[in-house]
Amino acid sequence: MLSFVVLFPLLGAMLAGIFAYRGSKLPAQMISTILVGCAMVMSFVLFFTLGDAEVTKVTLFRFIEVGDIDASWVLRLDLLSAVMLVVVTTVSFLVHLYSFGYMADDDDRAKFFSYLSLFTFAMLSLVTADNFLQMFFGWEGVGLASYLLIGFYYKKESANAAAMKAFVVNRVGDVGYALGIFLAAMTFGSISFDNMFAKLSDPSFVDAGFMFLGINWPLLELMGVLLFIGAMGKSAQLLLHTWLPDAMEGPTPVSALIHAATMVTAGVFLVCRMSPLYELTDFASGLMTFVGATTCLYAATVALAQNDIKRVIAFSTCSQLGYMFFAAGVGAYQVAMFHLFTHAFFKALLFLGAGSVIHAMHHQQDMRSMGGLRKILPHTYAMMLIGTIAITGLGIPGTPIGFAGFFSKDAVIEVAHAASGTMSGYAFWVGIMAAFLTALYSWRLIFMTFHGEYRMDKHDYEHAHEAPRVMLIPLYLLAFGAVFAGILTKGIFFGHGDDMMNIWDGIVAGGISLIDEAHEVAYWVKVAPFVVSVAGLLVAWNYYMRHPKDVQRWIDDFPLLHRIFTNKWYFDELYQHLFVNSLHRLGMFFRNSFEVSVDRFGPDGIGNIMMQLSGRFSSLQSGFLFHYALAMICGVVLLLGLAIYLAMSGISS
Amino acid sequence: MNLSLLTTLTFLPLAGAILILLIGSGDEETAARNAKRTALWTSLVTLAVSLVVLSNFDWNQPGFQMVEESSWLSGIVKYRMGIDGISLGLILLTTLLMPICILMSWTAIKERVKDFMVAFLILETLVLGVFCALDMVLFYLFFEGSLIPMFLIIGVWGGQRRIYATYKFFLYTLAGSVLMLIAMIIMIAEAGSADIRVLLAHDFPAAMQIWLWLAFFASFAVKMPFFPVHTWLPAAHVEAPTSGSIILAGILLKLGGYGFLRFSLPMFPDASVALAPLVQWVCVIAVIYASIIAFVQDDIKKLVAYSSVAHMGVVGLGLFSGNIEGVQGAYFLMISHGLISGALFACIGVIYERAHTRDIMAFGGVVKVMPLFAVMMMLFTMANIGLPGTAGFVGEFLALAGSFKSVSTMTAVAALSMILSAIYGLWLYRKVVSGDVTNDLVLGLKDMNGREIAALAPLAILTIILGFYPSLLLDLSQLSVSTMIAPMEEVLANMHKASAIVSQGAAQ
Repeated sequence: MLSFVVLFPLLGAMLAGIFAYRGSKLPAQMISTILVGCAMVMSFVLFFTLGDAEVTKVTLFRFIEVGDIDASWVLRLDLLSAVMLVVVTTVSFLVHLYSFGYMADDDDRAKFFSYLSLFTFAMLSLVTADNFLQMFFGWEGVGLASYLLIGFYYKKESANAAAMKAFVVNRVGDVGYALGIFLAAMTFGSISFDNMFAKLSDPSFVDAGFMFLGINWPLLELMGVLLFIGAMGKSAQLLLHTWLPDAMEGPTPVSALIHAATMVTAGVFLVCRMSPLYELTDFASGLMTFVGATTCLYAATVALAQNDIKRVIAFSTCSQLGYMFFAAGVGAYQVAMFHLFTHAFFKALLFLGAGSVIHAMHHQQDMRSMGGLRKILPHTYAMMLIGTIAITGLGIPGTPIGFAGFFSKDAVIEVAHAASGTMSGYAFWVGIMAAFLTALYSWRLIFMTFHGEYRMDKHDYEHAHEAPRVMLIPLYLLAFGAVFAGILTKGIFFGHGDDMMNIWDGIVAGGISLIDEAHEVAYWVKVAPFVVSVAGLLVAWNYYMRHPKDVQRWIDDFPLLHRIFTNKWYFDELYQHLFVNSLHRLGMFFRNSFEVSVDRFGPDGIGNIMMQLSGRFSSLQSGFLFHYALAMICGVVLLLGLAIYLAMSGISS
Repeated sequence: MNLSLLTTLTFLPLAGAILILLIGSGDEETAARNAKRTALWTSLVTLAVSLVVLSNFDWNQPGFQMVEESSWLSGIVKYRMGIDGISLGLILLTTLLMPICILMSWTAIKERVKDFMVAFLILETLVLGVFCALDMVLFYLFFEGSLIPMFLIIGVWGGQRRIYATYKFFLYTLAGSVLMLIAMIIMIAEAGSADIRVLLAHDFPAAMQIWLWLAFFASFAVKMPFFPVHTWLPAAHVEAPTSGSIILAGILLKLGGYGFLRFSLPMFPDASVALAPLVQWVCVIAVIYASIIAFVQDDIKKLVAYSSVAHMGVVGLGLFSGNIEGVQGAYFLMISHGLISGALFACIGVIYERAHTRDIMAFGGVVKVMPLFAVMMMLFTMANIGLPGTAGFVGEFLALAGSFKSVSTMTAVAALSMILSAIYGLWLYRKVVSGDVTNDLVLGLKDMNGREIAALAPLAILTIILGFYPSLLLDLSQLSVSTMIAPMEEVLANMHKASAIVSQGAAQ
């Protein structure tokens, strides 16, 4: 059944692709959606029938088997992959469904569905990988699908540029990931996870060193850092995050599926899969905590100042991924997966809700030209409200009642407080601050879009309409997840000692004692996220509902800060100068100077000398073929002569 | 029955060429058509014969097989033919690419069609001879001879500056081959035989190895081509007709790698270990330099040509890693690059034949008018970038993994090519295939016809099959590669042992 879960979307992609080429649209849409739907049903069955700590594997066929590289195509099912299966197939199915409505007017929609299914296949092969190489296949496969989908509106130059940027920036991370694989293969003589993890119990590896870039690294730390660089690229963490906001050029369902719920969480999945390694690496884990926490805060500040509705949510995703990383960094991998799981629902909901708004507004994405939409889009408004309550983590403190984010985000912040690593204190305080900012930017989005006066032009206003049912049903279902995903799965991800031990034994290393401690943190720690979240709501309400003019005063008072936030801290500009321009200049220098001088001293130079010697350059040009043949024949004669000579002397002696 | 199978395979194209010359009477048009058909059929029959060779091949035997030996002038030099897994893969690549080349020149070549087909078939014989030869003199004859038809193909049917390009090509290769010739003379004198098997078994003195190695390097480095003797390649590609480019990138560039694998690594293991840093430096520079220069090109062909230089740098890193991952990876990359760059040049030919320009900026929005072409271009671009699931990934990954074991920091630098190849590859796709149609030139383009699809489909299918199931090729070469690198591994192992003893001594 596991093979079918993975292969059905591939089949769907291929069939849809063929239909797309033949120009029939509806069959392509139907078949890909149905096949992903089947995969979803089977994923749920697999999830619910999976025993505690159970690991099953399905071997398909050989992949690369040379020396230390010993990879086969194997599908692995354990709790970690089962969680991902459910997330990926569910969101993918709902996005397929939603796209019936959203893409209804697009002539290339058959191709769109084919790409969506292709993405789903690649993502599923990533999460079911049993070795590094197959994971790398899925890893780059989702990158390809993401590239194709971001650039789906291929006539738009900005979409093409964004697609390329996403692929290239991801490749930067992939280099780190690939080097991590090389190092693992060399160290363990194997790249299959179980073999690696078995060898990690040998303490000699902890002290082993490795010379790299002129530094003698602790071997495992280096491996951890390299793999984390891969995760940073895919999950858009600070320094490698610049592609994610631009990726919003793709159609909105794509943003929901790939750039919110699934692909960008692959990095978090990777580090959780690698938990036996990261349990042994203080430096790499500390780095992960630091990068995660910093991204969390950075992205939240940028989200505050964006006016494009999709970009706000994109930076919000970036920020939430930061939460997941620092949870994993402090060693609570289960909690990272918890937030990944709940986040998938409410973030997909927010994106699809935003898509519904954009659909209604004829592809207007600027929130300054919206306002008051709650009357026109009551269903969308309600769903967005649920998503916002979920992401800001509202619930009743001290009781097990609350929206999804209430459980998972609080869990992240509590484990950061309970942990003892060097970076955990930083992560905790940053987490609290970011929780405040999360509430602020999320409610700002709601108030600017759905409340206040209408700010759109007359045409848009008159044509604004609520989304069709095929788009609303996925919203309802995701809203269900956004409300209940936390309560229902709290026991799996953030439960108590022995239960957790039974569930996660052999699948994720560590985390359990830390989670036990996190249950016992001081009362103020437990309440703090809730308090700051409510504070964020109140501040947003004050500035965007009661005194909208005060916002401008703030901007006037702190122009520099506002410019920094609006321009995403100028990372794009920096990279443009540092890398893009200088690479181009270097290329031009090589092309115009270096290549020319090689030729001048090489063939052209020799030619000139010959011309001076013979004065018959033209005849040389036309006659060189003859010269070549002559030289060759001379060579053969020489060789044969030698051979005959040797043979004769051999006879005579 | 096997006695003359390799001879049949090698000289079958030559027989086809003679046939074309014999039947070529009648008016020009008929003669051209007949020549094309005869050439195509000859290359297809040759392909079939190579498959017979494959079916007779014993995958479990590491040494040379189907050996043919007949006395030829003296006991030292003989007509000796024989193949192992390494040569067989390259033979199959050659016999596969030839019919594709002929299909791709079906309408592109308009003048002296008969001569063109003759030149191509002779080229095939000579290249197959290189891979089948088991005698060094025979190898030399085929190896150097194979360039003559190539010179003609570029020099007669090439573009504007074809004479200059051929001349450049000629000067570089001549310099290398003179040195190789001298080395061969010394080797025969030393070992007393030109039999490659004897030479493989012979222990050349370490000091002599260095000089021999350098002489062979001069020849093979030009063929690869390594930085900085690569400048002939972009020029040759730009001037060559489409099928010439396919054969140049697909097969002739592999002669250097084959030479390293057959001669330098196994015959001069001490020198290969000692001089490996030289190759590694040259390769790392080539990878980065060629990748950076690739994306400031205006000519599509030049871009792909520089990308070839970068890929061959990775091949070099793999070859001189001294371990099975690296060398198997380098070998796989040679074959996969033959398929993929061959296909890319074929794709370029498809649009060049329609638009009569290769200026990247002249295109844009081709996907709108040529959807099937766009799919092909996407596939081969991604394969060239090394996307897992395509053949381009397997070799690159293995070669770098092997090289990492040997020189990790330099490999990390070379691995940056993963980023750079994505930049130039996707940039090309974006400018040519994506975007909106901005001019009438593009608007008038027609999608690929049946002949072109027939030429590209086998390459596309193989690119994907080898991407998912690379064992198909890896198993073929595994034993032969192990045999060829065993001497080098031994040298490395002794070095480690020695350094371990030294460090032990130091500790005491």
